Amino acid sequence: MTDHDVVLVGGGHNGLICATYLARAGRRVTVLEAGESPGGCAATREFAPGFSVSSCAQWLNQLNPEIIRELSLEKHGLQWAARNLASVSLDAGGRHLVLQGEQLEGERLTARDRESYPSFRRRMLRYAKLLATACGTRPPKLVESNLADRLNLVKLGLGLKMLGREDMGELMRIILINMYDLMEEHFDSEQLKALLSLHGVLGSHMGPRSPNTVFGYLYHCMGEHHGYLGPAQVQGGMGALGNALAASARDAGVEIRLGTRVAGIDTRAGRVVGVTLSGGEQLRAPLVVSSADPVTTFEGLVGYRNLETGTVRRVSQIRYKSGCAKLHLALSGAPQFTGLDPSRLGQRLVIAPEMDYIERAFNAVKYQECSAEPAMDISIPSVNDPTMAPPGQHVLSAIVQFAPYAPAGGWEQHRASFTSSLLDCLEHYAPGISAQVVGAELLTPADLEARHGMKGGHWHHGELSLDQVMMMRPFPGATQYGTPVAGLYLCGAGSHPGGGVMGQAGHNAAREIIRREAAA
Amino acid sequence: MNSTSDDTMLLTTPFHSRVSRACELNAWGSWKGYTTPKAYTDVELEYFAIRSTTGVFDLTPMNKYRITGPDAGPFLNRLVTRNVDKLGIGRVGYTVWCDDAGQVMDDGTIFHLGENDYRLCAYARATDWLFWSALGFDVNIEDETAAVAALAVQGPTSCAALTAMGLEGLADLKPFGLAEYDFEGETLMVSRTGFTGDLGYELWITPRLAETLWDRLFEAGAPYLIKPFGSDALEIARIEAGFLQAGVDFVPAEEAVRNGRTRSPFELGLDWLVDLDKPLFNGRQALLREREQGSRYRFVLLDVDGNKPAHNSFIMKGRRKVGTVTSAAWCPTAKSNVAFAQVELPHGAVGEELVAEIYYQRELHWTRVLAPCRVIEAPVFNPPRRRATPALPF
Ligand SMILES: Cc1cc2nc3c(=O)[nH]c(=O)nc-3n(C[C@H](O)[C@H](O)[C@H](O)COP(=O)(O)OP(=O)(O)OC[C@H]3O[C@@H](n4cnc5c(N)ncnc54)[C@H](O)[C@@H]3O)c2cc1C
Repeated sequence: MTDHDVVLVGGGHNGLICATYLARAGRRVTVLEAGESPGGCAATREFAPGFSVSSCAQWLNQLNPEIIRELSLEKHGLQWAARNLASVSLDAGGRHLVLQGEQLEGERLTARDRESYPSFRRRMLRYAKLLATACGTRPPKLVESNLADRLNLVKLGLGLKMLGREDMGELMRIILINMYDLMEEHFDSEQLKALLSLHGVLGSHMGPRSPNTVFGYLYHCMGEHHGYLGPAQVQGGMGALGNALAASARDAGVEIRLGTRVAGIDTRAGRVVGVTLSGGEQLRAPLVVSSADPVTTFEGLVGYRNLETGTVRRVSQIRYKSGCAKLHLALSGAPQFTGLDPSRLGQRLVIAPEMDYIERAFNAVKYQECSAEPAMDISIPSVNDPTMAPPGQHVLSAIVQFAPYAPAGGWEQHRASFTSSLLDCLEHYAPGISAQVVGAELLTPADLEARHGMKGGHWHHGELSLDQVMMMRPFPGATQYGTPVAGLYLCGAGSHPGGGVMGQAGHNAAREIIRREAAA
Repeated sequence: MNSTSDDTMLLTTPFHSRVSRACELNAWGSWKGYTTPKAYTDVELEYFAIRSTTGVFDLTPMNKYRITGPDAGPFLNRLVTRNVDKLGIGRVGYTVWCDDAGQVMDDGTIFHLGENDYRLCAYARATDWLFWSALGFDVNIEDETAAVAALAVQGPTSCAALTAMGLEGLADLKPFGLAEYDFEGETLMVSRTGFTGDLGYELWITPRLAETLWDRLFEAGAPYLIKPFGSDALEIARIEAGFLQAGVDFVPAEEAVRNGRTRSPFELGLDWLVDLDKPLFNGRQALLREREQGSRYRFVLLDVDGNKPAHNSFIMKGRRKVGTVTSAAWCPTAKSNVAFAQVELPHGAVGEELVAEIYYQRELHWTRVLAPCRVIEAPVFNPPRRRATPALPF
């Protein structure tokens, strides 16, 4: 006998969203989360006495507003510290570039930049809209598609056609090229080109010249399609979103067990029967949904020996190499960036002055080395949300690209030197900042993996590239949230459409599970 | 390690000096990268050696994989359709293995050599698939194709010939049993196995002693009219005995390019090799589904009227094409004209009358024969001596 209709492995945002929809459809759902707080990569943590930070994801710019509304997240405590933030591309000499929605500001922009950007942006948004349509439903299957799938394909096809001949041709042309070439075609300003191409490589193991980066850029643009003219900052850090999601889930009747690690997903004769916890306790359930990444799910939890070889081969071919680290600084005061109006300190600050700068930063990680001069995507959350630091003091949080998963000799040999090179880099833009540091924390890809459980520490639970999206995500045969193991589903960033605090994977998975299990 | 591929210059087996001396016709073929004789002297005489005295076949090119380690058993059980747990030490089992779609990748034999120690003999190169399959298992896989020389010794006097060579007590070895003998200070492994459907054995030895083994065997076997045979004679014998040939009677799943050209074990008449009670093996899910939804094809043995082998024939039911022949031969001992065919279900029930559309050519003149044929239940050659233990004396 079981007390659960569904056991859900992992209480990240996708897991909680999936659980809530399932519970609302009448399922008895238990969420098992290894961490001590709900939200997974949407987390807040005190990293130095009195200083808190969104310890993994920091910007909310993709969470589907429909999900916010349907799950009443604002009623359950979600508050905005800031919305529609501008992106500021920092210049060491103080000649910054500011981008907000369609607005561009910067003394080094040319007339061509100013003229091209709005039409470029509108076209990208038309593509992002199409992509958002594809992300809003389960992906069609590669073969054996049924009527619903064909309709989805038709919708996609129609969407493509509705773009019109010119837009469609252009999409076909650019989707397989790279941000570097695309930017060269449109703009003069290195700052602008670099800022936009950073969006194409965030969270991925790619440089601006890598194929797939245009796709990465469009994926990022989906946020704007959802109404985010710039990133938003959650009051209390991303962990507050995790708490709101947990509250909404509990309200729907979901049981959430924190600090509960699943040691194995149990199968019998190709069917899931439940899970075993790290303490040995067994939970029996006819359905298990995993929001852990696919490699962890299949290799770590189900176990390769309990799968057929073809599945094992597919899983072991998933690319999940990360190059993304996180830097957290506790600062005794507000840092001063050269030439930056203090009123802009709470915006998104980016260090990526040139495309070649990002490309060089990427070069290092190809050889498992740390970038000498990394790109950074910086948030100083305490500006918009003073609860994050003691009065008058500040927190700086930066997404750092690129850092290897396993540098030669191990991270402990490199941690101090990389941290100090990051400070040198910041010092270049904000002279005096090093002296303000009263606490620092570097989370390497390996640390992120250890903390949040995603393989390789990968942002998307597996690279987001054309060979690993849509019906190939996470791999053919486990598409549409089902897996080759009967009764086992996936609902995390590793499944369609991918990562980012978006909620779409969890939402789509719940819909699919309800549909399929009703048919069964 | 074996460093051959199908498109390099052909290799020779450790028996080559002896084989080439005996190969009077100089008729060579290629078998997975090795040069091997199609015939030595006369196909028919070679065939009759298998059926009446003793024939010897060099099977060294057969792909051989040694599988050892604590998970060797579980690894094989996940790999193949049969239940390997039921294969005792010292026993050999015929099996097939499938991809996840339940399509046959290959057939072969598993030798249970000792605790956590197996040899898998395969038609196709399997290293890639074996290594993928090994993820998650504590096993060691070694390609020992070139490291083990092998001879098939087949026919009614084979036991007598081998006993004369010094393999005492061989007569007591059961079909699919294994025995070990000392041979010039090395181990000679003997299995009562073969591809001819007759009494017969296969000998496995280090390549260093291959030539010595050949010489001793032919010396001891002379009074028993021992004779080497090539692949053409084997082809007739295996069809007569009803044995499938990978690459001929089915396309190994990983080699097939076109959709729908592969076959499941059920579609090859190999249901008896599939243990669906095993909780997990490659293809199980798909095969369960096929059991529920039905197969597409049926493998049938046909007894064809006349004596024209139905090579590559269409199989007709009335005016409708319902199948194709994959192997065909006039079988001299059974005196019947046998064909293996793939027919579309529901056709192919035992006793069903069909027609083979046979094309043949005489002096550039093509003729079409519509030969009536019927589905037969069992292979046409299956003598008691194949199984009798102790082996019958001749
Ligand atoms: C450095 C970094 C910065 C990022 N910044 C941003 C950003 O600014 N904005 C943005 O939108 N996205 C960002 N992302 C991406 C985003 O955080 C993730 O894609 C997203 O949070 C994934 O959500 P999820 O619910 O699918 O998975 P997760 O949040 O990873 O949740 C999975 C959960 O499963 C749990 N789990 C795993 N294994 C087990 C087990 N065996 N037993 C129990 N529980 C288990 C984990 O503890 C985890 O809580 C960032 C990612 C990284 C790595």
